[in-house]
Amino acid sequence: MLHKLPKVGQAIALSIAAFGLSASVQAKTELTMYYPVAVGGSLTKVVDNMIEGFEKQNPDIDVNAIYAGNYNDARVKALAALNSGKPAQLSVMFSIDVHELMDQDAIVPFDELTKTAEERQWLNSFYPTLMQNGKAKGKTWGIPFQRSTIVMYYNKDAFRAAGLNPEKPPKSWDELVAAGKKLTLRNGDGKVQQWGTMIPSTGYPYWMFGALTKQNGEVLMNQDGTETYFNKPAVVEALGFWKDLGSKHQIMPQGTIEWGTLRQNFLEGKTAMMWHSTGNLTTVKKNAKFDFGVAMLPAQKEFGSPTGGGNFYIFKKSSAEEKAAALKLVRYMTAPQQAAAWSKATGYMAVSEEAYQTDELNRYVKSFPAAAVARDQLQHATAELSTHQAGRVRKLLDDAIQSVLTGEKEADQALSKAQQQADRILRRYR
Amino acid sequence: MSPNRHLHAWLLLLPAMAMLAAFTHIPAISTLLHSFFESPIAGKTGSFVGLDNFEFALEDDIFWQVLWNNFWYAVVTVPTSIVLALVMAIWVNSQMSGRAIVRLAYFTPTVLPMIAVANIWLFFYTPEIGLINNLLEKLGFEGQNWLGDPDLALPSLMVMTIWKEAGFFMIFYLAALQSLDQSLYEAAAVENSSRWQTFRRITWPLLMPTTLFILINALINAFKLVDHLFILTKGGPNNASNLLLYYIYENAFSFFDTAYAATLTTILLIILALLAWVQFGVLDKKVHYR
Repeated sequence: MLHKLPKVGQAIALSIAAFGLSASVQAKTELTMYYPVAVGGSLTKVVDNMIEGFEKQNPDIDVNAIYAGNYNDARVKALAALNSGKPAQLSVMFSIDVHELMDQDAIVPFDELTKTAEERQWLNSFYPTLMQNGKAKGKTWGIPFQRSTIVMYYNKDAFRAAGLNPEKPPKSWDELVAAGKKLTLRNGDGKVQQWGTMIPSTGYPYWMFGALTKQNGEVLMNQDGTETYFNKPAVVEALGFWKDLGSKHQIMPQGTIEWGTLRQNFLEGKTAMMWHSTGNLTTVKKNAKFDFGVAMLPAQKEFGSPTGGGNFYIFKKSSAEEKAAALKLVRYMTAPQQAAAWSKATGYMAVSEEAYQTDELNRYVKSFPAAAVARDQLQHATAELSTHQAGRVRKLLDDAIQSVLTGEKEADQALSKAQQQADRILRRYR
Repeated sequence: MSPNRHLHAWLLLLPAMAMLAAFTHIPAISTLLHSFFESPIAGKTGSFVGLDNFEFALEDDIFWQVLWNNFWYAVVTVPTSIVLALVMAIWVNSQMSGRAIVRLAYFTPTVLPMIAVANIWLFFYTPEIGLINNLLEKLGFEGQNWLGDPDLALPSLMVMTIWKEAGFFMIFYLAALQSLDQSLYEAAAVENSSRWQTFRRITWPLLMPTTLFILINALINAFKLVDHLFILTKGGPNNASNLLLYYIYENAFSFFDTAYAATLTTILLIILALLAWVQFGVLDKKVHYR
């Protein structure tokens, strides 16, 4: 009878039969996972491939991986699903959402899920700096997955043209300014043809600022996310320096610089250096028509960059089997082999030392040293700004930064006000 | 009417009423109720706080700034796009060759999705590689950091909005123009009336119902169309281009302050209701319907 049905009908009939069979043979554990993509490139395909590999290894687990937009969208969707009664069991979300997710009572610490000694050991296998944003109240709530730092991309051809050594990118703020002055090219009427450097100030200004403050020897908040240090002298000084790059040294455009178009600016040679996420590395590599290099961000008192990106979280509202399956999935996705393949495909850094020791990544890093810069910078890295009521506190800082860069306010005035407002918000969590 | 017919009428109305109630009226009422409570934390409902949320709004600098921004946004974009729409409609209504193509060209911005359009305009506005600055510099003018300068960010958004809206309103004017009674124009020609007089005394009054309709739509759009903000400025720099609805979104989904978002939504609803009342209650009486 089947051959009389049209092909589509046959396929449907078969799959219904197959579904009925598999359902009757074994009850599969079904997992729903949300994940965001914040940088360009076809990362969804990479994730789908990884999930497929996991399902092959674990035929009793069915994973439904849903691409959920940017970090903000992913959080909104996961939390909405949680409230609607058809929740996801795990999700990749912004590493800095941790305090908020805890306040919402949405997630469980991994310490409660890892039982065997082997699992405990796995929990300790990641780079400690990458764990900072996942830890609070002495427990681990997030496992690093798509993690990045800020690095400095620079145009080696432009360095050569300006008489600079392309293998010696600026290592300090002073060197950055000096090189920037040589790299800023103006035509006869004084119009800039090529800027020295660009640091993006829309989208994630607080993140870039975290790098500048760390370089100036200060951090933006405490580990528990209950206090911010926006008005400390070193922080104010760092913002002053950021503004000076545009207004005093004139090696960067004034006003805010758009996050979304910066990569294109760099690829078209409009800026000789840019600060951007390592998550862009593979795309820049594919599209740059010139010789480019990647370097650690320059230092003032020390080197420094915040980490960034997404962690795995497991939701509280799920059964014990689902939690166990979710843990299995997280372990698979962060295992050295997978982490290595992920890092190679995206430019995000591999999350553990072991991943860099795999053949695949080891060889890749040797042939393309830029891929190791993020890892080497990790020892100087700090946590990304993350507090209770993170969205609101972040916006306070973002607004303060933008008001200074656009010349509306002075650094100390803007940051004192942001600190005062942040204090008011965070008081009840102390 | 027999009771049977009443029942009939109610049954016919029921689907529409059910949809309206489920997606408009019940959410509006629950928004109003939410605005009197604290934000729920960890699934527990917050306690009743009366008008606290509204008091907070009054003290919130950003709220006043976005309200002010939204006021300017409406004041500039609404009349400009209406005038442009009218001019374009009159032009493409005249007898000329290739007018189908011109009509299509004017209507294209309306067809494109706002997010796609914003992504294109992002690259128009971007300073070093953008179309606008490159053109300006070719003509010998100084390029600007359109979206990165607090004085220019909102006006830049306005320009894009006008470009997007005018074509849409043109269609309404065009339809209205084509339904006008030609004998009036013949009479005007006999009376030797000037073109301006003809427009002022015949076209404009007869188009008033259309203008009112467009005005209402344009004003509502000025408050409810914020898709482009997500791509272009995210309300920045420092809230210079932030609009009320986008601020509501930020509060609800970035800050998880649902109570304050509900409060701001209530305020937005009140503003829109007032505008609608002015338009229907006051202007409508002055409009000439045939």
